[in-house]
Amino acid sequence: MNSNQLQHQVLYMRRSLFDQGYLDSEQLIQLEDLQDDANPNFVEEVVSLFYSDSARLIQNIEQTLSNRPVDFSRLDDILHQFKGSCSSIGAKKVKDACSQFREYCNAGNAEGCSRSFQLIKQEYETLRRRLESYFQMVKQAKAA
Amino acid sequence: MNLNNDKGSMSTASSSVTVSDQFPAGLRVLVVDDDPTCLRILEKMLGTCLYEVTKCNRAEIALDMLRTNKNGYDIVISDVHMPDMDGFKLLEQVGLEMDLPVIMMSADDSKQVVMKGVTHGACDYLIKPVRIEALKNIWQHVVRKRKNEWKDLEQSGSVEEGDRQPKPSEEADYSSSANEGNWRTSKRRKDEEEEIEERDDTSTLKKPRVVWSVELHQQFVSAVNQLGIDIFHTYAFALMYTTEAVPKKILELMNVPGLTRENVASHLQKYRLYLRRLSGVSPHQGNSFISSHSQEPPYGSLSSLSGLDFQTLAATGQIPAQSLATLQAAGLARSAAKPGLPMPLVDQRNIFSFDNQKLRFGEGQPQHMSSGKQMNLLHGIPTTMDSKQLVNLHHSAQSLGSLNMQASAHGNPSGQSSPLLMQMAQPQSRGQILTETSGGQVPRLPTSVGHPILSNGAAGAMLAINGIGENSRGTGYNSVSQTSSVLNFPLNHSAELPGNSFPLGSTPGISAGMSTLTTKGGFQEEINSDIKGSGGFMPSYDIFNDLQQHKPHNWELQNVGFAFDASQHSNSLQASVDVTPSVLVNQGYSSSQRNVQNSNVSAMGKPIFSVGEGSEHGIALNVGQHLNSLLVDNSTRVKSERVTDTSCQPTLLPQHFGQEDLMSAILKQQDGLGPAENDFEFDGYSLDNIPV
Repeated sequence: MNSNQLQHQVLYMRRSLFDQGYLDSEQLIQLEDLQDDANPNFVEEVVSLFYSDSARLIQNIEQTLSNRPVDFSRLDDILHQFKGSCSSIGAKKVKDACSQFREYCNAGNAEGCSRSFQLIKQEYETLRRRLESYFQMVKQAKAA
Repeated sequence: MNLNNDKGSMSTASSSVTVSDQFPAGLRVLVVDDDPTCLRILEKMLGTCLYEVTKCNRAEIALDMLRTNKNGYDIVISDVHMPDMDGFKLLEQVGLEMDLPVIMMSADDSKQVVMKGVTHGACDYLIKPVRIEALKNIWQHVVRKRKNEWKDLEQSGSVEEGDRQPKPSEEADYSSSANEGNWRTSKRRKDEEEEIEERDDTSTLKKPRVVWSVELHQQFVSAVNQLGIDIFHTYAFALMYTTEAVPKKILELMNVPGLTRENVASHLQKYRLYLRRLSGVSPHQGNSFISSHSQEPPYGSLSSLSGLDFQTLAATGQIPAQSLATLQAAGLARSAAKPGLPMPLVDQRNIFSFDNQKLRFGEGQPQHMSSGKQMNLLHGIPTTMDSKQLVNLHHSAQSLGSLNMQASAHGNPSGQSSPLLMQMAQPQSRGQILTETSGGQVPRLPTSVGHPILSNGAAGAMLAINGIGENSRGTGYNSVSQTSSVLNFPLNHSAELPGNSFPLGSTPGISAGMSTLTTKGGFQEEINSDIKGSGGFMPSYDIFNDLQQHKPHNWELQNVGFAFDASQHSNSLQASVDVTPSVLVNQGYSSSQRNVQNSNVSAMGKPIFSVGEGSEHGIALNVGQHLNSLLVDNSTRVKSERVTDTSCQPTLLPQHFGQEDLMSAILKQQDGLGPAENDFEFDGYSLDNIPV
């Protein structure tokens, strides 16, 4: 693809991420605004940071969920953190899944929490893939 | 961004003022968040705002950094939810120890959490994800804080002043840094005009006439009592007489539409008189009153001193059970102390707020020397300082302990300060309640002697008076009348002294300096803060003396307090400070006091200044911080000294003047204040001879 086509592709992927609710456009734009010559890949850097840090959170949730009795308070804590992280990069779907998890958590519904957790992980991975593709495309378009 | 546009357009008002032309660029922000993603984003955003960012992912580390580099930051942004320490706790600590504005942030936007931020004293609350627009204007919190401190300083000093000339220009629009220059200008103008009333409350020259009906007075008393529980236990009662924050708090509690802080403040003064009458003339009675209620200090570490102090006070003064009972009956005291009642963070937050801008010692020195203003200046200082110090001591008792530990551990700038901190450690554990410290632990400044010798209402004021009286003695202010002017809170005067040269050569200068320091608004907002005692004044005096004498020109620059980029000033200031702290110390005190005080002061002064060495920022900011720590230190020491002072320092105020003198001085002062308050009537009091 030529430069033009690549750029179109980038725009298309970006649009999809927004329209399909994966990413919050406002937040992405905020992050993009922070990119400058000193930090040309700031958005990607932040997303990487998110994924590496949240991996730890996911692990914690996993562990806490497997404990008996389920420590809902702790789960709520972790989810709160996770949610905050998600909002930093505008990970909408993941964040919504977190909200759902928290509701089950507040209700003391371990089963519901488990199910929500599966959804969280699903969205979490989907977004990762989408973003990886997106950033790759961005780089290609830039290079072209 | 506006930031960029402001470059080069600052300091329009006074070229001598050292304010970065690039303000708010260079604002030193400490951002604390355990979420690395968020932290990184904030760091980048703040950097884009041209702020100087330091990021930290743990609250404990952040506190360390703040303590180590006391004047190294202008504002703190912290997440609420952190694993190692609750964000609100960090907020509390920062408010207590450093008195920096703190912005809280959280993904949680529930009303309760936001309210918690408010009650804990956060100056703002940001919902995550934080937008850069929200960060662009955080500098306003720094400015506002300084302005309020400055204003508090002036207001408390000018309460008795008859003139009220609201300065609309003071209400600068902080949203534009271009206004900063104007604000500074107007501030200077105000200082020189030594007035300042409720600029923010009433923009009218004429005060509405308030009739204090029995009902209104009841509301007032219940508000006082409500505060009193905390106040008495934390010995912040004296604060009521020395700060502007207490009337404000009372006003809030009363929630009477149309009632202004001014109204409450003046009513409070009269109430004070009333209380004093109830408790008798003996200053010790006041102490006993307070001490009786202080037996359950909010901070456990201080509890051991209660009994000691009480005994000491009882031994040294007359503590008629009657007066105590009367006071209790008046509802001021609650013997059922609330153990461990924490002072609202909101009040505590400003403990250390010394508005550097108000350190204007240079101008009109000789005038102040000879004018009555000086007296006010002298007296006013300790008053506010007492409260402040008390607050500092009380609330920072625990934090100081850790502060000491940390400071010592860090070495470098705190290396020198560690002796200071270490010194603090001792008195700190002894409790910092006004009456408690009288039990004395560290024979210190003579000012401490005067503290316990106050009646309920006048306790705080007296503390200041005594302290000032002592300090000013060197310059010939030995008359009781001088001390009586303490209540005047000559903040105006202190504010009027431009920074060029220290107005009062030795003692007077110190007093002036101290008044500036002590009267800084920060204290006044600590309604519930304890009144630590005026002891801390002494060292502060020295510091200012040092600062003044060595680098007068720096003061001017620092007066504004916006020395974000005043690295050059800070360097010079620090240099000067380091040079002759001890020398200045000696000069500042009367001969009788020097023996006792000098060593203490020097010791205290040096570490304090050295603490600031590391800072590369405006001195104004640093000084404030230093002063804060100094005051804290001093106050702790002073307190401990107080008890011992009575016995070992015959030259101290109490012995010179006697309680009767002090009381009459105070009463005289009150009388002097009367005319300023003829707008108010006393319907709620049963007093018939309150001077109006």
